Amino acid sequence: MKALSQKRRHPLAAVILLAIALLLTGGLYAVATATNEAKADTSVSYTAQDAEEGQKLFIANCATCHGTNAEGTADGPALIGVGAAAVDFQVGTGRMPMQMQGTQAQVKPGQFNEEQTHQLAAYVASLGAGPTIPEAEFTDVSQGDAANGAKVFLANCAMCHNAAGVGGALTRGKFAPSLMGVSEKHIYEAMETGPQGMPVFNDANITPEEKRDVITYLKSQEVNSSPGGFALGSLGPVAEGLLIWTLGLGIVLVFTIWLTSRSA
Amino acid sequence: MSHTSVQKDYQAKTNTGKIANYLDQRVGMSGIIKEFGRKIFPDHWSFMFGEVALYSLVILILSGTFLTLWFNPSMAPTAYDGSYVPMKGTEMSVAYASALDISFDIRGGLLLRQIHHWAALLFMLALTIHMLRVFFTGAFRRPRELNWLVGCALLIVGILAGFTGYSLPDDVLSGNGLRIIDGIFKAIPLVGTYLSLFFFGGEFPGTLLISRLYAMHIMVIPAILLLLVAVHMFMVVLHKHTQYPGPGRREDNVVGFPVGPVYAAKAGGFFFIVFGIIAFLASTFTINAIWNYGPYDPSPVQAGTQPDWYVGFGDGALRLWPGVWPFHWEFNFLGGTWVLSVFLPFALMAGSVMMAMIFWPWIERWVTKDNREHHLLDRPRNAPFRTGVGVAGIIGYGSLMVAASSDLIATHFHVSLNDVAYVLRFMFVFGPLIGFLITYRFCLALQRKDRELVLHGIESGQVVQLPHGEFIEVHKPLDEYRRYKLVAFESPEVIPAQPNKKGKISLLEKTRGGLSKIWFQDRVAPVTPAELEAAHHAHHDAVEGTDSSAQIEK
Repeated sequence: MKALSQKRRHPLAAVILLAIALLLTGGLYAVATATNEAKADTSVSYTAQDAEEGQKLFIANCATCHGTNAEGTADGPALIGVGAAAVDFQVGTGRMPMQMQGTQAQVKPGQFNEEQTHQLAAYVASLGAGPTIPEAEFTDVSQGDAANGAKVFLANCAMCHNAAGVGGALTRGKFAPSLMGVSEKHIYEAMETGPQGMPVFNDANITPEEKRDVITYLKSQEVNSSPGGFALGSLGPVAEGLLIWTLGLGIVLVFTIWLTSRSA
Repeated sequence: MSHTSVQKDYQAKTNTGKIANYLDQRVGMSGIIKEFGRKIFPDHWSFMFGEVALYSLVILILSGTFLTLWFNPSMAPTAYDGSYVPMKGTEMSVAYASALDISFDIRGGLLLRQIHHWAALLFMLALTIHMLRVFFTGAFRRPRELNWLVGCALLIVGILAGFTGYSLPDDVLSGNGLRIIDGIFKAIPLVGTYLSLFFFGGEFPGTLLISRLYAMHIMVIPAILLLLVAVHMFMVVLHKHTQYPGPGRREDNVVGFPVGPVYAAKAGGFFFIVFGIIAFLASTFTINAIWNYGPYDPSPVQAGTQPDWYVGFGDGALRLWPGVWPFHWEFNFLGGTWVLSVFLPFALMAGSVMMAMIFWPWIERWVTKDNREHHLLDRPRNAPFRTGVGVAGIIGYGSLMVAASSDLIATHFHVSLNDVAYVLRFMFVFGPLIGFLITYRFCLALQRKDRELVLHGIESGQVVQLPHGEFIEVHKPLDEYRRYKLVAFESPEVIPAQPNKKGKISLLEKTRGGLSKIWFQDRVAPVTPAELEAAHHAHHDAVEGTDSSAQIEK
């Protein structure tokens, strides 16, 4: 130990320390991303031709905002390292290409078919490693646990998306959209990549199995009919108040007028 | 003693007669029936909302009794083992588990829970509409000021009843509501922290709260409500019912049906109609889907967390209160930090609306110096200032209530949440003034229209050519009944500041005089018989020509 401490002023000490630090962080990062990829890499494979076709589509449709090499411009972020999952989510749900610049990309009918989306994803994935499209195993709701999913959902998602997953408001025109009717794959990819104002829920935060549970819970909410009658959009007390002030008051008024129509 | 001996001699012939006689001898039934059975109720649809509130309360007590048989207010932890799959095995309080059991595992439980909750919403709604009716028709004036106070107390206790009930299921929604209550307690200067610790039995949320709220909700608050209802009804009988002006309706009579037998039958039927409406709502529309929210835990807050509509004005006040300007509503004083960003919205915004409502009868009496008894109601247009103030109040209260749903407005109308807040802030501050001015002018215009109708009658559409070639339209005069309604009202005039006994005009009296001027300076007086006579003459002239006018002159 004494010998080591005496060498701390050696001219090469800083260089060696820096090399060790870089190795450590780089190594840890590689391990961390490897655990993400190990579980979700094999289902989708890209050929060199896919990436080539994807690049052509990218230049024609995306480069205006994201730059010709996906390096980003003032109007759109760089796409190097965002991964195939981000492309599959944004393009697959119709959010990209954006209809117009705004606070948030809106859902619209998709502009590209499945093959084109696949090619675009292949091109963006070829630019740098990033989250990949989930394996079928992790979007299969028959293997999920709805009760655990409810727990994870209420603890992590309900603050923006509402307890019933019907969406909610964020600041300055941003919003958390409704999760009803969103495909399993897209829900998974959204958690993986954190589109728009959404935070990333990586595999260390919510494991792929837990993500599957959340999807299972949401899908069970879609299938189960509301036990108490019409759900009024599952919006809570405001919808209920509106109903009593309109339909409730309306019916009461009709009866009061009827009862007093034969006045003394 | 001689009284009973006389009664003994009487032998009823029928069984009904015997029962009636038995009751009469023991509790003086005939006297009671004479007093209450002959109480007259004038028929008007706007008089029915007090009844709707009363019947909703009865339904609340009936359905609530059923719920108490199954609800367990314990905050002890348990693992859910009922039939709602997404909660299976989740750790939760016994209270939440029993609320879920009522919803999923007890026969008829969900229906009764929904009946209870919808009845609560309807109760508060009917109470509100009833108060608006009383306000806009001036039914709160002497001798009914005290009953107005009792009504205000009913509204406030009703809010407490609703809030304690909302908090019982111990799901995330009710817990979020309680956290706000905790915040409001703590925001009260000096005593806030102590009040919160006292209320929750320690640091929020503690383990005592649900059972404490439960005791309030099922014993203390209903008892107060029933007591207030009894006092309210007693005074209704004592004061007799008010009525709208009309032919044969005077300050010293009431025109309508007596309670027995017609009105009692009608009212009994109406109870079942109200029950039917609530049962329809409860069996068709979900209310408070507690299974969506999950067990309460102080860490999460969910999007779309709002109170029931009648607490919305408080929530809205908190949402509208600006947090950054001119400072953070937080300063150091007397060695402590004073945080006013929660206290002020409640005290100033929600509080001012409540205080104005409670004290209105005395404010109006002070300004108008009108201390007479009133049993005939005002048509809202005939009291322009009061009607204007009422509309201003509705707009002020309404903007607070709407603000409680600002997030849903933002998502459903695709606008920015911040913009919704800006617009509603403007509405709260300037909306009442704009609403007042428009309503005030509207009332005056309607009064002028009434004058026009009385003086010139209804346009008949019949066009007549006079002998000298002029075309005129014949106006049909109103019938006497209709005309009576349009002319039988008082139109008070400005009472300027009066000197007191020392011959001085106090500052307060000056203020009163000023207010009186604003109140009454623009007024439309009812048509006098002389004006009517003159109008008829003019009318005749026009129709009959110069010959007839010469005739009248003689």
